[in-house]
Amino acid sequence: MKTNIIIAGVGGQGILTIAAVIATAAINNNLHIKQSEVHGMSQRGGDVQSHLRISDTPIASDLIPLGQANLIISLEPMESLRYTHYLRPDGWNVTTDEPFINIPNYPDQTTLRNELNKNPNTTILSLSTIPQTINTNRHANIILLGAASPHIDIPRQALETSIRNLFARKGEDIVAANLAAFAAGYRSVATP
Amino acid sequence: MSKNLFLGDEAIAQAALDAGLAGVYAYPGTPSTEITEYIQNSPQAKQNNIHCRWSTNEKTAMEAALGMSYAGKRALCCMKHVGLNVAADCFMNTAISGINGGLIIVTADDPSMHSSQNEQDNRIYGDFAMLPMLEPTDQQEAYNMIYHGFDLSEQLGYPILLRITTRMAHSRAGVQRQPTIQQKPISFPTDKSRFILLPVNARRRFKDLLNAQHTFTQASETSPYNHYYPTTHNTTTAIITTGIAFNYLRENYPDTFDRPVLKISQYPLPRKQVEQIAQASEILILEEGYPYVEQQLKGFLHRGITIHGRLDGTLPRDGELNPDIIAQALGHTPAPTPPPSQIILPRPPALCTGCGHRDLYDALNEVLKDYGNNAKVFSDIGCYTLGALPPFTAIDTCIDMGASITMAKGAADAGVFPAISVIGDSTFAHSGMTGLLDCVNAKSPITIIISDNQTTAMTGGQDSAATTRIENICKGIGVEEEHLHVITPLPKNREQTIATLRKEIAYQGLSVIIPRRECIQTLKRKKKS
Repeated sequence: MKTNIIIAGVGGQGILTIAAVIATAAINNNLHIKQSEVHGMSQRGGDVQSHLRISDTPIASDLIPLGQANLIISLEPMESLRYTHYLRPDGWNVTTDEPFINIPNYPDQTTLRNELNKNPNTTILSLSTIPQTINTNRHANIILLGAASPHIDIPRQALETSIRNLFARKGEDIVAANLAAFAAGYRSVATP
Repeated sequence: MSKNLFLGDEAIAQAALDAGLAGVYAYPGTPSTEITEYIQNSPQAKQNNIHCRWSTNEKTAMEAALGMSYAGKRALCCMKHVGLNVAADCFMNTAISGINGGLIIVTADDPSMHSSQNEQDNRIYGDFAMLPMLEPTDQQEAYNMIYHGFDLSEQLGYPILLRITTRMAHSRAGVQRQPTIQQKPISFPTDKSRFILLPVNARRRFKDLLNAQHTFTQASETSPYNHYYPTTHNTTTAIITTGIAFNYLRENYPDTFDRPVLKISQYPLPRKQVEQIAQASEILILEEGYPYVEQQLKGFLHRGITIHGRLDGTLPRDGELNPDIIAQALGHTPAPTPPPSQIILPRPPALCTGCGHRDLYDALNEVLKDYGNNAKVFSDIGCYTLGALPPFTAIDTCIDMGASITMAKGAADAGVFPAISVIGDSTFAHSGMTGLLDCVNAKSPITIIISDNQTTAMTGGQDSAATTRIENICKGIGVEEEHLHVITPLPKNREQTIATLRKEIAYQGLSVIIPRRECIQTLKRKKKS
């Protein structure tokens, strides 16, 4: 088994937290893992991405070769398109319908949606459909992780344990809020 | 023992702690920052009273690390690649003095310039200083190299330069730790003269260094990090990899290689293994950074072997490597990929909403309208370099740490008016103070703006060495009090900010303005905790 994931977004959106949850779950399940991330200047509102590779056999490269990614998880719709040439023919793109517009000439919604739908394996998570009890601003990253979880070769319970461990030092309320966000994201794609 | 999920930087930090480290010395710089941060946050470091406070710059860091080594203790000194330029004076001479307690210098190079001004390959510095070098392939090897590297440094009597690149620094993998070694007690060098680099001693020590080269090469030839992979079938071609390039090659050959491969992770070049692989008539060299090994091999294999690499165009001359570049160099057919989307736009980084630098640049642009194209703004390294981009396009230069002040001085000496310097508080402490003294002595007609957000922001909010002391430092250096102003760059103070800038920029002498407002990111973090 080998899963290659590109996690994308805009600096400050919380993609490294998504990466940390998956990576921690993987290592606790005795899987091999390599996860490359971007620090520094791009974190100030620029495009950021993390390559995450999980496997039951040793992994060589920290970077995913072109055409080898099984999954893109992107907190921003246009940012997901930046990496579509990394996807395998059967690879999935899981993103949201909420653009982060901090540049001029950002593509209009229709163009963006059409471009995303060129890949039939695309999930566009509508954050407005998430129950109001969930703070979609604060937990968009974990909601999206929930929505992408069916494509990750790690049991959902293991991802939940990892969320619990990672947020434990911030208190039980934060843990509960993130677990609820994760569940809401999962339900948004699981229910027909 | 279970594995820990560590960034390359964290593996280095934890290995140093496990190897009996007494102190880490560093100035923040991407991609090296997380090494020192990890030690600062480590309960193990706190418990053992391990020095981990940030240094003012890389030179002070290197000197302090050498001082700790002089006292017989193990020291680590970390910096980004360009930081070694700042520390080079001390670094080059550590090769003459040698060390007492184990000393490892970590250089984190940034090929592709993810967050840097150049992509210099500091293996050339190691070569220049004639010191042994290590270049890990993965996070576990980085851990092992540091853990055993202090022993190696002490056995050889010299510092070790450990070179990593961005991908190693900022990539996570599972790492197995080793048992913790106790810190060493204080002990002094038996040969006192070797740390006194008078010409008479330095000449003797340089000969020692030359004689040690053979030992360094032998260490490389027997190193567990250098590995020769033979093949069973005959082939006329072979491959040499250095550092993480090995991973990208392995990615292209998941099972076995189709030709002999020499993996190099310790320098100087292991001559024996290089001779062995040079049985081939063609060698492909895969290295992250400059064509360092490639050039060396062209020098010492002068017997008609064809060398392929970055110099003959088999690989790109610049930028970091990846599995696809290696596949292409190997002549592999690429996997089919969908064409890249045509609707994506570049998304450059920008100053945060609510950042004080924004208010400064807004006011500065307003004032400089009066001067047309005559006004030149010399800026520096930090978040405020982003003032180069729209909507501000407010700066004309950004070269190296501290250059804003001294370049403004030089331009003013040439007759430019107004010449304005924009520098951050941490960069000012790092390398701006000496330049300010030049300006005071020359009564330079420039305005220096020290945009003070009370932190080292670009690297993630590390302590800044001069916080709370900047105006006193300026006064102490000799800036006239009536031309030294502290202002608060907030939208509601816009008119006052403009008035202060306008008055001092017009002044035909030296003035310093300190717009002070806490970094919005560190402020947010404080409010959260």
